[in-house]
Amino acid sequence: MAENVINKDIVKEENLVYKKTDLLTEKPLSYCPGCGHGTVHRLVMEVVEELEAQDKTVGVAPVGCSVLAYEFMDIDMQQAAHGRAPALATAIKRLFPENYVFTYQGDGDLAAIGTAETIHACNRGENITIIFVNNGIYGMTGGQMAPTTLPGMKSSTSPYGREVHSMGAPMKITELVAELPGTYYVTRQAVHTPAAARKAKKALKKAFENQKLQKGLSFVEIVSNCNSGWKMTPVQANQWMVDNMFPFYPLGDIKVPEE
Amino acid sequence: MAKVKGSIIVDIEKCKGCEVCVPSCPTDVIRLAEDVNGKGYHYAYMENPDNCTGCANCAIVCPDGVITVYRKKVNK
Repeated sequence: MAENVINKDIVKEENLVYKKTDLLTEKPLSYCPGCGHGTVHRLVMEVVEELEAQDKTVGVAPVGCSVLAYEFMDIDMQQAAHGRAPALATAIKRLFPENYVFTYQGDGDLAAIGTAETIHACNRGENITIIFVNNGIYGMTGGQMAPTTLPGMKSSTSPYGREVHSMGAPMKITELVAELPGTYYVTRQAVHTPAAARKAKKALKKAFENQKLQKGLSFVEIVSNCNSGWKMTPVQANQWMVDNMFPFYPLGDIKVPEE
Repeated sequence: MAKVKGSIIVDIEKCKGCEVCVPSCPTDVIRLAEDVNGKGYHYAYMENPDNCTGCANCAIVCPDGVITVYRKKVNK
């Protein structure tokens, strides 16, 4: 049985600097090793903890790898039909305007089957937060091509790489919703390095705080990896993401509220 | 001079051995063990515990949140 080597001088309650937030349940995450979903789950829960909003936050889980998000987040959760999370979140927010309401969606859920719900919720300017985890592939069902798959990127339904002339170009849905008047804050982040994760957490916090302003929808895209779907090790997948995903999906704020 | 020393505790049974923490460590402390945990994953451990500064970088990138970080000032 393996055990940690504990230095009793340092490992004391008063020296604690970082520990998994209690808002994540003790269940082991169902994601593949190295998947960005786990990091995003933790960052979202840390933001909710910092806002002291555990009892007034409602999350909406999507269909996809993160369908079981309600098992891991110790807050009130709903699970929506495929792609319909923004519509459900709209209803929840209108019934409980004092609550923080967020949806947590992948690219297949948000940008394929749920395009209509996403665009209309953004256009109506609902005071919710949409967290969009983009890994350019349908991870749960076996790595099929998604709307966000890059040109030339191999997936199980585009084994020779995505051909733009027959399969269309990848959709930058984040830039698309930034054009709509209903969105208040639109940003794209990543969680592959400590610095990126810290920035992503700041963006998520801002997106949650914006709900109090009643100014419109906050949309946070997290460019993430899918090492199983991409057939790479987690470290290789992160490097591939930096080399290939970031030139097409550049990180940074896309729409920032005017001061 | 006061120096900062850190230490991490890994929740071994929940570690999936993804290795994302290894390159994130600025002082090259973490490695994956040759042993495996109950699920068959090589878990993370401190190879060079004396170099740890408790910066918490590993804990922040850990997708499974298995790392707990402690930090203490020591006089040398």
